[in-house]
Amino acid sequence: MSELPEIFRVLAFVGGIMALVGLNAAFSVWLERKVAGHIQRRIGPKEVGPFGIFQSLADGIKLMSKQLVVPAKADPVLYRLAPALTMITAVMVFVVIPFGPALVARDINIGLLLIFAIASVNVLALLMGGWGSNNKYAVISATRAVSQNVAYEVPMLITVVTMVMIAGSMNLNTIVGQQQNLLQWYIFPWNGSLLLPVSFLIFFVCAMAETNRAPFDLGEAESELVAGFHTEYGGMGFGLFFLGEYGHVFVGCALASILFLGGWQCPFGWLPGIHWLLLKTYLLVFVVMWVRWTYPRTTLYGLLNLSWKVLVPFSLAILVLTAAMLKVF
Amino acid sequence: MSGYFREVYDGCKSLLVGLGITFRYMIQPVVTLQYPRQAVKMAPRYRGHIDLIPDAEAESGNKCIACGMCQRNCPSGCITLKSEKPEGAKKKVLTGYRLDFTKCSLCGLCVESCPTNALDFSKEYNLAGLQAENFVFDLLKRCEERRR
Amino acid sequence: MSVLAADPTYETFVLNMGPQHPATHGALRVKLVMDGEYIVEAEPVLGYIHRMHEKMGENRTYHQYLPNPSRLDYLSAMACTHGHVATVERAAGIAVPERAEYLRVITVELNRVSSHLLWLGAFVLDLGGFTPLLYAMDDREQILDLLERVTGSRLTYCYFRFGGLYNDVDDDFVDGARALVKRIRDKMPMYHNLITKNVILRQRLEGIGPISAEMCRKYGATGPVARGSGIPYDVRKHEPYSVYPEFDFDVPVYEQGDSMARYLVRMDEIEQSLRIVEQGLDKLPEGPVMAEKVPKIIKPPKGDYYCAVEAARGSFGIRLVSDGTNTPYRLKLRSPCFSNVSLFGEAARGLLLADAVALFGSLDLVIPDIDR
Repeated sequence: MSELPEIFRVLAFVGGIMALVGLNAAFSVWLERKVAGHIQRRIGPKEVGPFGIFQSLADGIKLMSKQLVVPAKADPVLYRLAPALTMITAVMVFVVIPFGPALVARDINIGLLLIFAIASVNVLALLMGGWGSNNKYAVISATRAVSQNVAYEVPMLITVVTMVMIAGSMNLNTIVGQQQNLLQWYIFPWNGSLLLPVSFLIFFVCAMAETNRAPFDLGEAESELVAGFHTEYGGMGFGLFFLGEYGHVFVGCALASILFLGGWQCPFGWLPGIHWLLLKTYLLVFVVMWVRWTYPRTTLYGLLNLSWKVLVPFSLAILVLTAAMLKVF
Repeated sequence: MSGYFREVYDGCKSLLVGLGITFRYMIQPVVTLQYPRQAVKMAPRYRGHIDLIPDAEAESGNKCIACGMCQRNCPSGCITLKSEKPEGAKKKVLTGYRLDFTKCSLCGLCVESCPTNALDFSKEYNLAGLQAENFVFDLLKRCEERRR
Repeated sequence: MSVLAADPTYETFVLNMGPQHPATHGALRVKLVMDGEYIVEAEPVLGYIHRMHEKMGENRTYHQYLPNPSRLDYLSAMACTHGHVATVERAAGIAVPERAEYLRVITVELNRVSSHLLWLGAFVLDLGGFTPLLYAMDDREQILDLLERVTGSRLTYCYFRFGGLYNDVDDDFVDGARALVKRIRDKMPMYHNLITKNVILRQRLEGIGPISAEMCRKYGATGPVARGSGIPYDVRKHEPYSVYPEFDFDVPVYEQGDSMARYLVRMDEIEQSLRIVEQGLDKLPEGPVMAEKVPKIIKPPKGDYYCAVEAARGSFGIRLVSDGTNTPYRLKLRSPCFSNVSLFGEAARGLLLADAVALFGSLDLVIPDIDR
């Protein structure tokens, strides 16, 4: 698509990414409900469309038709800005994700860094929403979300540094280009460091924690904090938080598949392209959902203990080991 | 130090076991019924609201002798009987049996106390209405309908 | 309590958990004074669904009060009605046929298993795990189906009568109960693998929300809460009623007093209840299920009577003061949840909000039982 004039290229990607974020949320919600249903020995949505596939569309229409009520003593600016901000960050990280050899909105050489820079802003949206809605539960939830995100950014970034050392680049398309078939995927220990599978696990756990997914959904914690930071949001305000959350889950899983599972490359070298990325990403999304519907929620100290006592030491050890191996071999 | 690794290992193992259990359940067939399209079989002793049993032999169409035991025994006072004694007749005749189901707690004391076993439980569970009056039943009328 | 909260100039805030809150399982309000996420004071505020059951007892004849006890602790309704009929039978001197007593024990224990299964699901739901609830519901549904076949209702049973039972069971029930015992016994390892051994759950329960034996005695806590704190008190063993002395079962006791101990007590109790059901089915004698000479109008002689039974949540007792008429002079209900919720304020002090929710769930409170 590089031969198109710049303006059309930008418009095409903006439209494409917006559509992807929307469709991804609709599909993820449907998938989540189906997975949850079958894990719980029921069938989930089935009435709207074949296998209930249009259920999320119906839900979306319902959310959009609802009035957006601003609580009386809420901060009017922050309260309205927060859902928009979470949506903006969710859309912006898509800019550097390579969906195919040439299918990337901006192929910049610090793509990896950009993703983390923008995704970290998301926590600000949660804080604004929690603070702005003037609700005690929401404030507790917002403070939880902040300390959680700070704690999990550390092991995640250490793992990413390990990956950058192995790949020698921060350009996502270059990293994908290096993993041409199954044997060259960075999840396998022979591709640079013995502990790469553990790295993948750490990255995946951190991605779940970063996106506030169960068992790390302390921010939402419905049995403790009612609904957490979006307690006071209804209609599309809530809808945007929802879209944003599933956008971030998609990005987290897409990033894991780009860094470790070869992104848009086919495991066997046939027909590389966007379908492989989507397949791998949704497989990981499925695992995220499977985990969510299996475990109880952790507590704040359990979460911080896991981060500082397990994930950080392990990721640091992997970093040192990788550096040593790269130096020796 | 080895205790630390042991803990991490045991923790990971317990998590994997949990995932295995939920996955096994996921690929098993579902156990729920799709309610409006399917329904479970009613238990024979299911207690719905009470009903007068139609009786082909009796003149009035039921066995009720209007003694009022059910009305007196009802804890919630949801049964109202109306009866009259026609000129020259020996027995009282039931002219109205009103059940206010909104107050009923389905204890079954009325059915038990009935000396002629004129009452039983209906199997109706699909009761929904917009007003309280929808749940005030005229059992005599229902009995007539059931007889036909 | 954190050090800062002891300083009077330090700011705390009040958080209302309830009356509409997912963790309180009903209309209970807990007023929490919070220091950040730490609880400084916790005060349960009761009375949102008070229905005057005790007063109702004074205005109704003994028979008319039969449906009421099952509306207290609706999850172990069978045990509550057992307490009621046992008290009145003791007062009026009504003998119960042996078959009826055995069937009472069997149905009460089945009901206890169903109550504990629901608690298990709801407790893990409080901790954020949704799926075990539906697995537990699936098993519980089988028990409810079985009890529905006998009693005609699924939740608020009105099955026991003064002097016996409402109706007899058939062979289908006996076979169904045997199959059920096997089914749930086979399922228990699954629950232990999925829930008990889960590292996240262990971290949330072990050592969290300790309740000392002394605290239990102070507030009169009974049932699994007391047994989780090392008090081996079980009405079925200590003040035997019905035909319980003829059964061989253990009372699970754990010393730790934390949420995990209360959890394990209930899990073990499910197994013990299954044992009782099995023995009851083996020993089930033939005969009538209703005493022959039960007066139509019960008028117990003047006096003061008390009888307690072990409900799923602890000792449920009824004190009956009779003045010789056909209605009680006074009917005092001693419900286990009221005592168990009373210690929440002291036990929750200094806990994190999330741990307080775990503690709350481990007390297994049924709000209508508290408010009556």
